[in-house]
Order: sequence, then structure tokens, then C-alpha cells
Amino acid sequence: MTTIPIENIRNFSIVAHIDHGKSTLADRLIQLTGGLSAREMTEQVLDSMDIEKERGITIKAQTVRLNYKAHDGKTYILNLMDTPGHVDFAYEVSRSLAACEGSLLVVDASQGVEAQTLANVYHALDASHEIVTVLNKVDLPAAEPERVKQQIEDVIGLDASEAVPISAKTGLNIEAVLEAIVTRLPSPKGDVSAPLKALLVDSWYDAYLGVIVLVRIIDGQIKKGMKVKMMGTDATYEVERCGVFTPKMVNMDVLTPGEVGFITASIKEVADTRVGDTITEDKKPCAQMLAGFKPVQPVVFCGLFPVDAADFEDLRAAMGRLRLNDASFSFEMESSAALGFGFRCGFLGLLHLEIVQERLSREFDLNLIATAPSVVYDIKMRNGDLVHLHNPADMPDPMHIEEINEPWIRATILTPDEYLGSVIKLCQDRRGEQIDLSYVGSRAKVIYDLPLNEVVFDFYDRLKSVSKGYASFDYVIREYRPGDLVKLSMLVNAEPVDALSMLVHRTRAESRGRTMCEKLKDLIPPHMFVIPVQAAIGGKIIARETVRAMRKDVTAKCYGGDVSRKRKLLDKQKEGKKRMRQFGKVEIPQEAFIAALKMDN
Amino acid sequence: MLGKLKPVEPTYDAGFGVYVHWPFCQAKCPYCDFNSHVRHVKVNQQLYIDAFQREMKHMAELAPNRVVNTIFLGGGTPSLMDPATVAAVLDGIAGNWQVAPDVEVTLEANPTSVEAERFKGYRLAGVNRISMGIQALNNTDLKALGRTHSVDEAMQAVATAASIFDRYSFDLIYARPNQTVESWSAELHMAIERAAEHLSLYQLTIEDETPFKKLYTAGKLILPDEETSRQLYDITQEICEKHNLPSYEISNYARKGSECRHNMVYWRYGEYAGVGPGAHGRLVTQKGRAAFAIEKNPEKWLEYVAQDGHGIVEEEQLSLEAQGDEFLLMGLRLVEGIDPKRFTALSGRRLDDERITDLVNERLVEITSEGRIRVTLTGFPVLDAVVADLAA
Repeated sequence: MTTIPIENIRNFSIVAHIDHGKSTLADRLIQLTGGLSAREMTEQVLDSMDIEKERGITIKAQTVRLNYKAHDGKTYILNLMDTPGHVDFAYEVSRSLAACEGSLLVVDASQGVEAQTLANVYHALDASHEIVTVLNKVDLPAAEPERVKQQIEDVIGLDASEAVPISAKTGLNIEAVLEAIVTRLPSPKGDVSAPLKALLVDSWYDAYLGVIVLVRIIDGQIKKGMKVKMMGTDATYEVERCGVFTPKMVNMDVLTPGEVGFITASIKEVADTRVGDTITEDKKPCAQMLAGFKPVQPVVFCGLFPVDAADFEDLRAAMGRLRLNDASFSFEMESSAALGFGFRCGFLGLLHLEIVQERLSREFDLNLIATAPSVVYDIKMRNGDLVHLHNPADMPDPMHIEEINEPWIRATILTPDEYLGSVIKLCQDRRGEQIDLSYVGSRAKVIYDLPLNEVVFDFYDRLKSVSKGYASFDYVIREYRPGDLVKLSMLVNAEPVDALSMLVHRTRAESRGRTMCEKLKDLIPPHMFVIPVQAAIGGKIIARETVRAMRKDVTAKCYGGDVSRKRKLLDKQKEGKKRMRQFGKVEIPQEAFIAALKMDN
Repeated sequence: MLGKLKPVEPTYDAGFGVYVHWPFCQAKCPYCDFNSHVRHVKVNQQLYIDAFQREMKHMAELAPNRVVNTIFLGGGTPSLMDPATVAAVLDGIAGNWQVAPDVEVTLEANPTSVEAERFKGYRLAGVNRISMGIQALNNTDLKALGRTHSVDEAMQAVATAASIFDRYSFDLIYARPNQTVESWSAELHMAIERAAEHLSLYQLTIEDETPFKKLYTAGKLILPDEETSRQLYDITQEICEKHNLPSYEISNYARKGSECRHNMVYWRYGEYAGVGPGAHGRLVTQKGRAAFAIEKNPEKWLEYVAQDGHGIVEEEQLSLEAQGDEFLLMGLRLVEGIDPKRFTALSGRRLDDERITDLVNERLVEITSEGRIRVTLTGFPVLDAVVADLAA
């Protein structure tokens, strides 16, 4: 590949709500520019990438370099940056967007703007992107391009008059999208003679090449053999290869300003590469780091424990392997009286938590118990110390606490009008503060500030349920605010079950305590004795239920001398006991923990 | 006695018994899952006599030099055997082992008039104890249980047994559908009036692959709930105790000294040879304690015995854990409880003191002055849970 003038480069990402056709459009763009042969195009390229993602880079940015001969006769390089769309990865998304100058906003011409679309387009606007609006699925009978254009103007405030109507599925008008990219998006700017300054967009682990780093060159150039420095971590590496994705990996001699590509440099762990870091030449460093670099901050925590204690080492190994590729996931050993040895894990958000849990069980065949998700509380102690509380079980004595602060989010919810009442009620029930309510055609847009700890439990499920699946939801973390929070402990047979303790707002403690007691009462099987189940705040019992004692459990008759049959039954009972967690004298089945932690009231 | 044949475990004097299974019934009862078969042609008893004798010979080779303390002819319906058949079986036992002078020989019988007529013959053959499957003392329930006798007929059979045998017992099934504490108490009082020294009182259990199971699953047979069933159990203890027939095992009640010695061999985890289709045995050979199970199908069993001299289809060397479990399962059914030292000798481990302490604190288990561990009257109704707790 020959070097192309920077004026002929366009770097762009695609912003879309899930199912609005992002992958199909990307496929069409690749196909039309000949990035892959017809044979290679037999499957959706981004779908095949999805499989790749599932194997190790689920939440990673992807890039494809396209060569496009435009109507003006010149050949352009179009770098399509495929970003993860979910809010959990907002920081990663912001870094990917920082590597581009423009975005395609893809909106389904029948469904219109969704909450996720909104959040992502704001991210793009924050990154000073030029936006080309694309209306997809215009071939469908339900398509209402004019209404949706109006909606885009009303809700987002973008001029939609030049929106490109397409059908990614049939290939209709795809060339117009390419032309719009060339004519309407700006080219990158950069100085090839300046010291190297490159943005570390993302990185992932490859079993053969080690860590592959996705970079966007701002100034200078990067080449094979060059000794580079990560300015955030101060580590130096020698570049082994550099190149671009077409989407196949193609080695190049050099990457120049405006280009997006990869480097490998014998980097062992993804954790050594920080998304957003600045890469420069070790000998001739640039004067200033790129703005916006932030270390990863987990916001949601939960404990993960093996169902079978014997799987602990396997779990540790599996987590290590996951972390190789996902530096945003953190874990440290934790021991719980109820659940044995396990790990306290930090995640970027609820989706991230689900992905990791899913991968651990699917890829590593591990059977896990997850404790209730919790957020990070900042606790101001009376002696002036500041404690970041990740685990409700570690809550300090309230006597020594000056103030507890909890994270709040700003949620954007779009819902059909008929469910608005239920949605508002849900938000109010979760201590929400209404910030704004407006209408977008027949849909209501509600903005609420909510404590994250009210959201991590089951807010999303409840929202889906009260709106019959029609409401969409997105959020950003806003700030920490003081809250009247108390630690709710559950006591089974007078012993606290650490895995079930949680921090809740004082006003909600009693009802949550009562719900937990009622659930546990049904979930704990009768024992040979009566088991009190209590909810307590500090030493004060606020709710109580009783698991009645087993009244009769005896085999009336043993057949002749056939003890074997009875023994087999006993073996089953013993096996069943292994699946229980011994708690004091009480055995609680795994299922009970899982079910109790689901707060579906 | 040859040194190499010496048992490798302390027997603790639990005794040695021989169990003989007669696998035929005139009709199958809908609650019963024992090994019983209905044949519409007359069974050639001589074929079975020969096979029993051959199989006993084999058992005696596995467990030689034992002194037989008890013999039990169970079934099926052993009272369908001709007295001459019974005599031949007992002769077979005496030909293979030494028999104790005070041996207990029990035969299970159905209390029909036809069978009662054979009682005298059984007495002459050597049977000294009769155990009758009466099951209920009202005709409606007898019919529902699939029994072919009436209450009057059963009472007649009891009277016959009482005139012939020093020792007799009968079985009743309670916790039947719709049974109340009042109706069962009345029935039990009536039973005790006719009982001599021993009663077996079983709560109805729904066994797999029985007609009752199908009805139960379909919701057409409703059993008393857990609470009622517990009350029925408690009242049974109380009434029997009051009438000097205290329980000595979960479902068995006797005057002191009149316990069924054969079942005591099982419960004390002694040695027993099982002979006949579907019989089970526990023998201590040079290799240690083993469990034996015999082919269930009568005709197949005949074939196997003709071929190999025995019908054993399963032989399992019991692991230490299995022996410990079986010992607990059986021994804790007894009011006398177990000797923890014997548990250790069998299983190679000690019972968990902490668990015992917990169970003692819950008053489910107690430790006697001799150091035996026994389940209390509060513990018996939840015995399976107690055993699982100790065994786990």
C-alpha cells in the first residue's frame, strides 16, 4: 500500500441502536469497496467478528480500512471504527470516537430514535464529530422516513434534511453513504514531521502475536523497530510489526498521521496497555499527552463463588485468563462464611458483569453463584478517613461513620406514552428525581437522576416489565451524593449470612428486609429444628419469619435385609448435602442464594 | 475353625440369620413393591425345594461354621408353601449350618382361612413364630389395600395362631387415606386386644412402580399430610407404650424380650444369608463384608441355581464408608441405638462429635450411660434426616 495524502483519509464510526442495522451497513461498505472478495463476503463480516469477539475481545473496538474511489476521481482511505455501543464501555467508546472525525448516525426508519441512539450520538457530538444521518430499512412497509427525520431534528437537534435513505439489507443507495463520508466528513489533521503522538484506542490479546494495540496516529509516524513509550505507564517497547486491518491484518512499513492501524511489541498483558494512553517515540517524545486519559474505574461489584468449592482454583485460572484480555475487569480473593472462597469482582457496569459471568460459565464451564451486585460507596469516617466500600460485608461500624456517599446516575428513558405512568412510578419508587419530561412524537422522554444502587438490582428488568418491553434506557454516572444508607443483614438461625447483606436506603430497609425474609422462608428447606430468619439493621431486628421444623421424615419399613436400596437413597442425600452451604447448623441450597438475590417482588 | 476363614470384623454378637424368600402371591397388593409374582398354574414346589437346598449349600460355603440363631421365611406369601416344603427348607438349613437350640423360626402368613388351616403343619415342620399380614381392621380399607381377607377372617386366623404358637405377631398399615387420629386409635386399641407379644405398625409408604404410585401421582390417592402423619405416629407410640408394647424399632412394638430376633440381626447389622428369588444377604468373608442380591425372577432363579449352584446376581464388597452408612441406617432404627465404637470399627472413622452435640441439644439423639447413641422419641419421626446428618 502506498502512502496516501492525509486529505484523502476519512475516519468515522457508526452510531446506532442495537438492531438498527449497523453490522449490515458495515458489511455493505466493506463489500462495495472491495475490502473482501465475494467469496469472503459469504457471511456478515461483523458477525464473524462477533464470534471473534466472543472468543476474547467482546468489548473491543474493531477497525476496517476501506479504499474508495470517489466520484471526484480520487481514491480515499476510509477507516471504519466499530465501537462497542453500550454505556458500560462509555470510556472505551469515547476513546474510539476520539480517533475519528465523524460519525454515521444510523436510525431505523420505522422505529426511530431510541435511548441508546441518543446517548451514543451525544458522545459523538462531545467528540466534535461531523454527523451524517442515515435512515436504514426505508424499503420496509412500516418505514416513515419523514416522521423519523422530524424526530431526529426534534430530539437530537441535528439537521436531518440531508439524511441518506438506504436499505443496508438490499444494498439500496450504499454508494451515497460513501460519497457523503467523503464529501461531508472532514479529513484528519496532523504533522508528519513532529514527534510521534498516537492514541491507544484499544488492545486485545492474541495467542500468537501477544497483545495487539489499535492506534490512531496524530502526529509523526510509527514504524517497525521503533522504540516507543506509553506515556501513561512510562513503559517502553520495541515495535515488532505495524499495519492495518482490511479487515484482514496487513503489515505496513509505516503508519502516518490520520491513519488507524495496529502495532505489536511483545506486550504480554492487555493490562499493560491503557485505553486512551498516548504512545510516543522513546528517544524523541512529544511534549504533551493527549487529553482525556483516565484509568479504568469499576463501578459495579459482586462476589463470584464456585458452586462446588473444588472448582475454586479453576475459577481463579479462568479469571486470570479473562483478565488477560479485559483489563477493565478486576478481581480479588474473598472468603464468605456462607459461600466459601471466591472473588470480589469489579465491573464497568451491569452488562459487563453479565458478559463476564456468561463467559466464565460458558467458556470455562464453571458453575457460579453471584452475590447481589453492589456499587462503590464512599464512606467518610469520623476520624477523617475515606473508605471506598466495595462489599457490604465490610461495612464499618456505623458509630464511626460520618457520612455515606453513593453514586448517582442520570438516566434517559424513552417510552410509549401509555407506559409513562408506570415508568415514572418505578423511578419514584427507586428514589429517583425527575429532571425532565418531554415528548418525542408519541413517545415520552423522561430524564431521571437515580441512585445507582437502586438500578443495579433489577431496575432494567422492572422497566422492561412495566413497559411490556417498549421502554429503552441509558445512563451516565453523574456524581456521588450523601445518602441515608444502612446495612441490612440477614440472619439465619441467629447467624448473619454475609452473602445476603446489602446496603439500602433507610426508608426502603424494612420492606426489603421483609421481602428477603419471606423469600428465604420458602427457600430454606425444613430442618430438624425451627429456623428463625431475620432481617436486621445493626442489632435491631426489623423483620422475621420462621422456617418450621420438619415433622416427619422416616422410612417406615426396610425390605428384608435390602439395606443397599436405603444406602443408595442415603448416598443421594449426602450428594444433595454437598450442594448445600452449611451455615451454622443450617444447610441452605445454592438455588436459595441465587433466588433470594433476585429481587423480583 | 480355619484361621483364614476368621471374620475380619468384630461381630459384636449380632448373630447370624437365614432368610428364605418365597416369591409367589395369589394376588398383588397395590401398595407392595416386594418381590412377588402371581402364577396362574400350580407352582411345582419340589423344584424350589431342590434349588433352595443347592443355594444354601453355596451360602454355607461362603459363610461356613456359623450358628444359625434365626430363620425367617418371607415373601411373597410363604403361607402358600406346603408344610412339607417348609420342613424341607428347614432341613436344608440344618444340613448346612449348626442351628442354635433356641433358634427362632418365623413364617409370614396371610390371615385367610385356607392358610390358617396349614398353621398346625408349619408348627410340626419347625416354625415357632407366625407373623400375619393383617394390615387393617376395617373391611373397606382392607379392600382398598387389595387384601383378600375380611376382618372376621383375620381375627379367626389370629385365634388359630394363638392356639398353636407361643409367639405370633401381626402387621398393620396406618396413615392410610382419610385416616384420622381418632379412627386409627380405635383400630389400634382393637389390635392390641388381640395382640400377644409383638406388633408391626407401618405407615403407608408410596413405593415406585406400584399401582398406588400411579394413583398418588394422578392425585387420586391422598395421604394424610405431614402433620397428621406425625400425630398418627405419636399416638401410636403413646398407645403401645401404655399397653406394655413399647416400640423397640421405628415400626415395631413388643413386650420386653419378645422382639423379633431375625429383624434384630438386620438392625444390629449382623450377618445373614439370603436364599431364594430376590433375597438379600450380608456375609463377612475373608475379603470383608459383602452384600449379596439374588435374581428376582423365580424361573430365571431356578435356571441360575441349576447352572451355577446359586442365583447371586450382585455381589458388592462393601467399602468402609458403605458399611458405616448401613450400620447407621439400620442401627439407629432401634430404640437401643448403636455403639459408636462399633461404627468406628466398621467405617474406620469416628462420628462427628459436633454433630452429635447439636443433635443432643435438639433432643433428637441421646447418649446412654453405657455410651450408646440412640435416637429419642422426638428424633424417630425425622430419623432419615438424623441419619443423613450423622452419615454426611
